Amino acid sequence: MTRTSLHPITIGLLLLVGVAAPLLFPAYTNQIAVLWLMIVFAMTWDTLGGQMGYNSLGNIFFFGAGMYTCAVVQIGLYYDVGMYTSGARTTHIVFTTAQYFTGFAFGVVAAGIMAAILAVATSWVVFGLRGPYFAIGTLGVAVAGAELVASWQWVGAASGISMPVFPGAPQTQKLFFYFLLFALAFVVLLFLRWLYSTNFGMAINAIRDDEEKAEAMGLYTRRYKRTAWTIAAFFLGIAGAIFGNMIGFIDARDIAFPTTTFNIFMILMVLLGGKGTFWGPVVGAVVFHVIKEVTWTYFLGWQFVTLGLLIVIIVVYFQQGIVGWLMEKYPERFGVRAASTEREVRSPAIKLAPHAEGAE
Amino acid sequence: MNDAIIELTNVTKSFGGVVANRNVSLSVPRGRITGLIGPNGSGKTTLFNSIVGYHPIDSGSIRFEGQEISQLRVQEIARLGLLRTFQTTRIYGKMSCLQNMQISIPHRKAGFFDMFAYDRPDVIERAEHLLSFVGLYEKRFLRAGSLSFGQQKLLEFAMALMNEPTVLLLDEPTAGINPTLINGLIDRLKRANAEFGITMLIIEHNMRVIMNMASKIYCLAHGEMLAAGAPEEIQGNQNVVDAYLGAH
Repeated sequence: MTRTSLHPITIGLLLLVGVAAPLLFPAYTNQIAVLWLMIVFAMTWDTLGGQMGYNSLGNIFFFGAGMYTCAVVQIGLYYDVGMYTSGARTTHIVFTTAQYFTGFAFGVVAAGIMAAILAVATSWVVFGLRGPYFAIGTLGVAVAGAELVASWQWVGAASGISMPVFPGAPQTQKLFFYFLLFALAFVVLLFLRWLYSTNFGMAINAIRDDEEKAEAMGLYTRRYKRTAWTIAAFFLGIAGAIFGNMIGFIDARDIAFPTTTFNIFMILMVLLGGKGTFWGPVVGAVVFHVIKEVTWTYFLGWQFVTLGLLIVIIVVYFQQGIVGWLMEKYPERFGVRAASTEREVRSPAIKLAPHAEGAE
Repeated sequence: MNDAIIELTNVTKSFGGVVANRNVSLSVPRGRITGLIGPNGSGKTTLFNSIVGYHPIDSGSIRFEGQEISQLRVQEIARLGLLRTFQTTRIYGKMSCLQNMQISIPHRKAGFFDMFAYDRPDVIERAEHLLSFVGLYEKRFLRAGSLSFGQQKLLEFAMALMNEPTVLLLDEPTAGINPTLINGLIDRLKRANAEFGITMLIIEHNMRVIMNMASKIYCLAHGEMLAAGAPEEIQGNQNVVDAYLGAH
């Protein structure tokens, strides 16, 4: 049985790392903040791709949708959105501290809810598809989202939106968004640990292993799939809201719905760390992020070549990922028990009348 | 035979130009074991798939406890308590045997928040009882995919029992199992029938097995119902013998 919560020592270590990192490496605060974002990406992608066996290429849709929802709420609370985003605007708009934080708080909540609503709505379409068709269908959702927003004048179309400016010193801003992203990753880890320990975890694993069997056993497979998709969307929406404000300028194709960067990174990190394992996505995110930052810094111009090479190497030679490989090598350390040697005293002749109240 | 729990009337199913079932009528008496035999390609599995809603039928009617189910979908029929096992064994390979059992609880009344229920002691206890019933208790923490084929069949059978079905449709339960295990399986099928009162409809090629268990046997050939009757009658039926030996 999976534990319902993270081990207290693990929680302590996570908090320690989360708090100490920006203090020890203040120059890298933003990079580490993005690392927590990457962990959220990888964990939420793995809920569908790893635990449920539905490889989505469209998760980024909810990230972008959350980002834009938050922006619209933040601006719309105090100004006319169309006027704010208009290219003809010449006035300089400044948000007061109170306006900024109120708008941001409402925006983050709205982003999560909006992403969840969009997930429920799209689930009717995408879960009519399976296997590679699901992957392509979800990619279609993401690309369509990007194109729609990129041509929507009211939200700035292709020229994007300059987000309200953070009312504080740059260092405060860095730490503020750092801790928000860290808190989000922390909550996602705790939440998914709990989720995977419930029936839900078993059901989505069953769908991954044999969906037809699960249907034949009477599982409400659609309900599970839709809920998993919605949960991932909710967290991605919030992540988008925070990230959009952290960057300060959002645009549809490159920042909100980056189908060829963040969208692919999610999958890559999970594959690198180990699909369908709890810590795999985290390990994958860390390793990937380090590799990415190093190549972006030292091999600029070649970064996408390195990235492509990494994809090829992982897919061809290292499919089970780091944690997956460790689990294969040392199964006992991961609680996978070999044939138990304890002999049972329980006789098979035991009375087997079905339980009166049933195992409902 | 008024107490029929499953009643098929003139069921026809064709795939393109191939008629897999033509005007098949059949009734499964409540609380009994009924056999379905026939040479390869005679339409037995197609008939099973039609009953459990795997594909729509062209014409005819399928009733389960008096209710017309030919329009329902697989999950809905499963939740009514009409469950099938597969000819090619299907279990959740990457999950442990115990988890395979836990997720096989009946989902009849499962509400939204039941999705997030924890390991319930009564569910685990029942799962362990049933695993020891089929002789897999020692292997409960192993990955189901690492079991041998025969053991996987036993696990699939235990999962079906976990679901507390009213009727169990078994597609070749003894195929690929070694002869020693077969005797144990026959015994367990009979006990599940007697102790849980589960009605069974069994497709089987092993005549010794089916003649031993079933109270009534139907024989399909070329998609049509060739004969029906008690095991002794079927054994003596010249048409059935011819169908199996290829006189048709």
